[in-house]
Amino acid sequence: MDEYRNPELGQKLLGKIEETLRGFPVKISIMEVCGTHTMSIARAGIGRLLAERVRLLSGPGCPVCVTPNDYMDRAVAWARCKDIIITTFGDMMKVPGSTSSLYREKVSGAQIAIVYSPLEAIGIAEAYPSKKIIFLAIGFETTAPTIAATIKCAREKNLKNFFIHCGHKLVPPAMRTLVNDPELQIDGFICPGHVSTIIGSRPYEFIAREYHIPCVVAGFEPLDILESVWMIVNQISRGNHAIVEIQYTRAVKPEGNPNALSLMNEVFAPVDSIWRGLGTIPESGMTIRESNADFDAVKKIPVAVEETKEHPACICGMILRGVRLPVDCPLFRTTCNPENPIGPCMVSSEGTCAAYYKYEKG
Amino acid sequence: MCLAVPMKIVKLTGTDAVVELSGVQRSINLALMSDSELKIGDYVIVHAGFAIQKLDSVDAEERLKLLQEMLEIS
Repeated sequence: MDEYRNPELGQKLLGKIEETLRGFPVKISIMEVCGTHTMSIARAGIGRLLAERVRLLSGPGCPVCVTPNDYMDRAVAWARCKDIIITTFGDMMKVPGSTSSLYREKVSGAQIAIVYSPLEAIGIAEAYPSKKIIFLAIGFETTAPTIAATIKCAREKNLKNFFIHCGHKLVPPAMRTLVNDPELQIDGFICPGHVSTIIGSRPYEFIAREYHIPCVVAGFEPLDILESVWMIVNQISRGNHAIVEIQYTRAVKPEGNPNALSLMNEVFAPVDSIWRGLGTIPESGMTIRESNADFDAVKKIPVAVEETKEHPACICGMILRGVRLPVDCPLFRTTCNPENPIGPCMVSSEGTCAAYYKYEKG
Repeated sequence: MCLAVPMKIVKLTGTDAVVELSGVQRSINLALMSDSELKIGDYVIVHAGFAIQKLDSVDAEERLKLLQEMLEIS
């Protein structure tokens, strides 16, 4: 993949973008909605390279960041129960809830295991039959099918002590909320790469059709991103109907991964869901269908959850909508930094604040 | 979170595969892929211990060649 980092081609692409946009009266705004894009763009300094003509915005592309506090608060409440082992991806450990985090609970003796794959949580459930194992299922369409496969595996093994705390979210409904936001002007979308390996490019078509905003599904190397920007810019300059294009053709097909999609839809049903910064978005979350309700931790393991509180000065919500930058936050770099994160955008390695902290030195 | 890595299949064992990246091998699950599409030497995108999509290396090369040509001509 080194060829996709070729600086000479990158320079030529920058020239083409510049040439196409010459004479445009205003800067155009392009939003990406994927944490891995946020990191790639920051790492390669693409925002600064394009700054004269294009404003690159980061949207709600990090699942950890958009998960509301009460999800974490419930996980913390379960972690305090002696008969429960929490299993989770590593990025959730330091996410602050209202008054605690999993990391703090682990230090105080809670049983919390970090896993790389949800299937490892199944192994833990088999090894500790007297404990209840709860897996924190956070993630977009990329991750949800892996959890669906895990639930099926638990069913086949007839596990009675394995549960899922389902916090999955769907990207396209959030994009609709963003384009309807009067504070935001979006001229083009860089659509997420790995989410699209699963859902394909068709679920974005309403954005092009109803809102006339060009969409390009992009890969993650610097040339992928620059070519995608060029494709968006070309669509804008031609002024024809906006369409959805795939730049990341080596991994994304228009129909996505039908196997993964059918498994996801068999196990989960769409449900209204709260996003940090965006509020409740219709049918933007996933819930475990009734047929697998015996694996649903919220239904099967009641627990008292503390009252949810947010840090009053943290502006993660506005950063996730793309209407503010990390540097606009009074806490950024001062009280909020990767060692002591206040908001989720600083905790997650894919968060916009963490990307800014690491790569944007100004 | 949606971090996923392309890895090369070195062994197929029915529902699982062994994949390799920079000399590191690990076992992954193939439940999300359709049965007959994978062979040894293919690249798959791996996320959370599962192959989520096959990577088309021919397409990757051709696209780059096409991009190069487009940038030369126009």
